[in-house]
Parts: sequence; C-alpha cells; structure tokens
Amino acid sequence: MEERPPIIRIFHVYKRFGSHTVLTDISVDIAANDFLFVTGPSGAGKTTLLKLMYLGESISEGQILVDGMNLTRMKRDRIAFLRRKFGIIFQDYNLIPTKNVFDNIALVLEVMGQSKRSQIVKKVNSVLRAVGMEKQADAFPPSLSGGEQQKVTIARAIAGDPKIILADEPTGSLDEDSAEDIINLLKLLHSRGVTVIIATHDKELISSIKNARELRLSHGHVLELPH
Amino acid sequence: MGMYWSYPINMMNRLFLKRAVDDLKDNVLLNMITFITIAMSVLIISTFALFMINAGNVIHSWEKGVRIIVYIKNNVQLVEIDNLKNDIQQMEGVADIKFVSKQDGLERLKKQMQGQLSLLENLADNPLPDTLEVWVAPKYKTWKQIEMMAIHIESSHLVEDVEYGQNWMKRFTGFLNLFKVTGGLMGAVFFLAVIFIIANTIRLLFYSKSDEIKIMRLVGATDSFTTAPFYIEGLIMGGVGGIAGILILYLAYVLLITNIDLNFVSFYFTIKFLPFIISLAIILFSMLTGWIGCYISLKQLLKN
Repeated sequence: MEERPPIIRIFHVYKRFGSHTVLTDISVDIAANDFLFVTGPSGAGKTTLLKLMYLGESISEGQILVDGMNLTRMKRDRIAFLRRKFGIIFQDYNLIPTKNVFDNIALVLEVMGQSKRSQIVKKVNSVLRAVGMEKQADAFPPSLSGGEQQKVTIARAIAGDPKIILADEPTGSLDEDSAEDIINLLKLLHSRGVTVIIATHDKELISSIKNARELRLSHGHVLELPH
Repeated sequence: MGMYWSYPINMMNRLFLKRAVDDLKDNVLLNMITFITIAMSVLIISTFALFMINAGNVIHSWEKGVRIIVYIKNNVQLVEIDNLKNDIQQMEGVADIKFVSKQDGLERLKKQMQGQLSLLENLADNPLPDTLEVWVAPKYKTWKQIEMMAIHIESSHLVEDVEYGQNWMKRFTGFLNLFKVTGGLMGAVFFLAVIFIIANTIRLLFYSKSDEIKIMRLVGATDSFTTAPFYIEGLIMGGVGGIAGILILYLAYVLLITNIDLNFVSFYFTIKFLPFIISLAIILFSMLTGWIGCYISLKQLLKN
C-alpha cells in the first residue's frame, strides 16, 4: 500500500491550564486522507487536542505542523488562514442564531473571499442538498432540532472544501437515524480524499468505519497509538 | 489594517456595508445617543468656526476703510506741515495723503451736524486741529503694519496724536484672541469626548456581537474581516452626526439673518455662513473622529 504523507504532525505536545496538565507528551502523525478517531473517556483531552490543531487553544509545549504550517510559531494574523484548511464540526454547533441557515453557511465562503453571489448561492445550495437540509435554508438555528443543527454545521464545515474535517462528538446528541446520516456523510467526504478526525467515545460510531485508525487517550496521555 | 483589502472591492462594499447598516439598525438607541452627541459637538465647534469667520470679515472690512488721522500740534507753520506731509507720503505703504486745515475740518463738521448747528455757532474759537488724512495702500492693510506706520508718524515732534481706531481694534482683537483660545480648547475637549463616546459605542457593539465574531474567527475570518463593518459604522456615525450638526447650524443661521435688522448689520459687514469647503472639512473631520474612536476601541479589544 502506498504510504501517504502526513498532513498533521504532532511532536511532544503538552497543554496546561494553569497548574493543571490536560495533555502530556502527545506525539502522532496523521496522514492525508486518514480517518482517525481520537477516543477516550470524558476528560481524556480529546476536545483539547482537536482545539490545538486549529489553535482554538494555544500550545503550552511541543510543536504541531498542519499542512506545512508550524502552529507553535504562528503569528496571530495567520491563524485565520490555518483555520480555512479545516472544516470544523463543533459539539455545540456554533451556529450564529441571528443568521438563517443559508447565511450561516455563506459566511464561510465570504470569509474566504468568494465575491460572486451566484457562486455562493450555488455552493450553499449544493452543501445543503448533501446534508438533506435544502428546505430549511431560510430557517434560523434556534428553530431547528439538534440533529438538524448538526447537519447545518456539517454543511458549513464542507462548504469551503477543506482538506481536513475535525468533528467533536458529531453524533453525541443525535438520534440513531440522524447519527447514521452524519456517519454516511463523513464516509462520503473521506472517500473524496478528505482527512477526517473525530473525537468521540461513541463505540458504535467507531465500529461503523472500517480501516479507521484510533488514537486512544486517557487523562491526557496516549494509551495507544493508531496503527 | 491589512488583509481585508485582499477581498474584492465590490464584495467588501456590499458585505461590510450591509453588516454595518444592520448593526446600526439593531442598536438604534445606542447609536442615536452617539449620533446626537456627535451632532451637538459638531454644532458647537462649527458655531465657533462661523463666529471666527465672520469676525475675520469684520476686521477685513475695517481694514479696507482704514485711514490714519494725524492731528497736528497747535501753531505749527504750514511749511512745516507741508514737509511732514512729504515725509509721510514717502513712507512705505502710504497710498495717499490729504491735508485738512482746521477751517476745512470745521466746515466738514458743520455739514455732518446739520440740525444741531447752534452748538457750533456759539464757539469763540475753532477747537479743531489741523490734520493729515493718510490712506494706506491695500497690501499694507493689516493691523500690524498700520500700527507700525502710526507709531512712526506719531514720533514726529509736530504731531499731537494719531487716530486709527486702535482702541476699538485692540479690544476687538483681544476678545477675538480669547475666543480663539476658548474655541480651540473647547474643540479639543469635544474632539476627545466624541472619540471617547464612539470608542465606547463600538466597544458595546463589539461585545453585543462577540459570539458571532468568535464563530467568524473559528471559520477562518481575519481580524480585518470582523472589524471592517465597525470602521464603516464609525465613519457613518461621524459623517451623519457631522452633517446633522452643520444642518442645525444652517437652520439657526437662517433664523438669525431673517430676524435681525439687516440694514444695521449690512452697513458694517455681511453675516456669511460657513464656506462649503469648511463645512465639508468639518464633516470629514467628524468622520475621521469616528474612525479614530473605532480604531482605539478595536485595537484594545483585539488584544484580548
């Protein structure tokens, strides 16, 4: 099998909040088009590790390289460009409640400098169709169910055609049908060459993806490196 | 500022302007308070400017008609007066000079006092001195130069006194200088107050949008992308406040000139409104103040 180059490299990374160490000496390479689960019990540091990858939190020690960008030495004004490499599916959705579904997704394209309204409309409609939410384009997030909001978050995450999808407990608060829809979407993205990294403790989700790798964390330490 | 200039101009205009206008509409009360404060500050500053410009016109109209009256001492021979006249005529800045004898002066006075001639008829002697009337060349008609000429003329032993409206002028320019200093200080205070109020308004708007800004950043928005609408809001608030201030002043000006005795005023000078270029400069300055307030506020907020 052809060896794929790493898209994310994590070297001896520590994360501390005051005197409390959340992550201890994490080192792992994530190859392009990997499907990686970051697993472990609550408080293991899964979400924090994901946040470090897009500098949602600063790195206390060690180095992370994302697609050739060194996060440790990254200047503040470059962080926006780092984040455009990711499509992030947040556990708490992070949708803007005062913007409708369409505008929430269009925001990603506007941020990236897409100037043509027709292109924005085309792209937003296309990702809404992909997640089965095209009829709710005018709805505002507070009027949607958890599953629907999660689908909008996924639509927003894929709108910018990112190289990497980061998902934090994407099925955590969903019913079975919605969870299955979302797993299928993530599989589809992976099949199209996207690197998918999911933080979860959902065993069903983990077992539903064949050939996925798993990084197991416990109390901020790596228990088992992915094979 | 940086990166948002890399966004296409048409998109910037549409998107940022829309977001700025939406923000202004969403926070009507807060923006109204800021707008009124800016308008009042601009009104006060431009009132000072209006007064200064018209006071300048008063001085200018005085300078246009100024002449130096030289009062000759008693019992000076005509030959000596003629020599003095020649000396003065050769001074730099003298356009014309005319001798008015005490008899001519009395005749002139009689003409001016027709109807009250009995006052003059009872005089035993002519109390008026011989005088020389000196007209100053147009390019020398400034207060300083006229004063210099007058001092020089007064130094002659034949001259009793000179008169060129100096006492009135000294009082007027003294008052004007005091007004200039007061206006300058008040302008500075209002400038700082407006900056502070705009900075505070922008801070409140920023806090009210902090969740949205956080999400924008998470999906890859630069600082410039998130802050550009606030700068537009600062410019709009400054601009609209500035225009309102100038309009209120204009209304007050129209009310004033339609309600005062124009015959009396126009005898001396005409009250003029601020020239267009000055009004425009005040509005642009108000916009700049809006931008500065925004800059100070956002610089501090983005640090955190």
